[in-house]
Amino acid sequence: MSAPPTGITRTTLLKDLRLEWRSKDAVNSMLFFSLLVVVVFSFSFDPSAEESRQIAGGLIWVAFLFAAVVALNQTWAREIRNQVLDAYRVSPAPANSLFLAKTLGNFIFVSVLEALMTPLFIAFYRLRTLGPAWQLLLAALLGTWALVVNGTFFAAMSLRTRSREIMLPLLLFPISIPAVLAMVQSTTAILNGESARFWIVLLATYDVVFTTVCLLLFETVLNAE
Amino acid sequence: MKKAFPILGVLTAILLIWALYQALVGAPTEQTMGNVQRIFYYHVPSALVGFMLFFVNFGASVLYLIKRNPVADIVALVAAEVGVVFLTVNLVTGPIWARPVWGIWWTWDMRLTSTLVLWLIYVSYLFLRRFSSSGETPALAAALAVLGALCVPFVYFSIWFFRTQHPQPVMGGGGSIDPRMLHVLLLNWLAFSFFAFLVCWSRYRLETLQRAVDQAHALESLLDPSGSVR
Repeated sequence: MSAPPTGITRTTLLKDLRLEWRSKDAVNSMLFFSLLVVVVFSFSFDPSAEESRQIAGGLIWVAFLFAAVVALNQTWAREIRNQVLDAYRVSPAPANSLFLAKTLGNFIFVSVLEALMTPLFIAFYRLRTLGPAWQLLLAALLGTWALVVNGTFFAAMSLRTRSREIMLPLLLFPISIPAVLAMVQSTTAILNGESARFWIVLLATYDVVFTTVCLLLFETVLNAE
Repeated sequence: MKKAFPILGVLTAILLIWALYQALVGAPTEQTMGNVQRIFYYHVPSALVGFMLFFVNFGASVLYLIKRNPVADIVALVAAEVGVVFLTVNLVTGPIWARPVWGIWWTWDMRLTSTLVLWLIYVSYLFLRRFSSSGETPALAAALAVLGALCVPFVYFSIWFFRTQHPQPVMGGGGSIDPRMLHVLLLNWLAFSFFAFLVCWSRYRLETLQRAVDQAHALESLLDPSGSVR
């Protein structure tokens, strides 16, 4: 008897969360990295409140994008040691359960990072939003999912390459350009009290399409030894 | 097949020379832009050929994912490589034209940006093929090609929101163009398509040969009982 797919997803996710809770490797390195980005940018621009609203959307997402790559690169590294990934491939467990577990795990890590970094951002850049704040939350959730679903997929793909840590951003960034643009533009629009409807709908569509295709193609990538 | 190759080569050369002559001498000079407008006969066909080849790459990649046909994989690889070259020609000729006409080298306009993003996606595709250490590179590359092609409409829609500065498309865009200019444009498109096909063909033969050689080497080292390291 094989376990139900959702059970496999839950077990893998809980295992990853427990490992992360004990080591805090991914979250700590992401936090420190994005802290560096925020400090360096804040030094070099020292913007007024009005300018902040114009540039913050771009800065915040670039910081999170680069930081997320740090965590995404570690996603599969654990499973390579002791041939865990090979064991998984041999087992009858569906590949997509593993993919979903890893994606959800990364989503939680990056969300934690964002929750911790946002107050700092607000303080450093003296940000005050002119639009409704709940829309910012919506844009952040959709944007994070877009980053993480593609990132987890391409991290698995770059496992099969030489110099895999460099390969992930090379594959992830070009495909993520529309998503990043939508995140930045929606954040800037909400901060300035304008309508972000178009960008949020675009992000949601992007999420649906890329999640579906990643789920369809993940088994191919997992089995490409 | 082997005889057809030189014939096609000669035909392509004649076409290219004739198209060049038409573009530089035959076509009427544009009233406001002057001779700089003639770059259009290279700029537009190279983009069209590049897009065509990316379309071929997408089709071949989907076919590979379904049928695991090695020929489809080679076609996808070749189409992406040659497509990137043609799109590069397009991206280089664009600014050369834009500087005297618009007064700027580059603008974040819809068509320029989406072409650049498309170029970036296919360059990353070539990177994956180059750096992959997997025995199943074709499958990985095909998966990336599908995701990349899906990205195109998103790029287009997201950048559609910005104001567009690029001249409207000549064909189907409702713009007016001198019929003699259109004639030269189509002639150049034909010549470029022939040229692209010729390059793809020779690259295809090279890749097939390369794989046969690799396979022969692998087989030989398996059969070699002395186990000597080459």
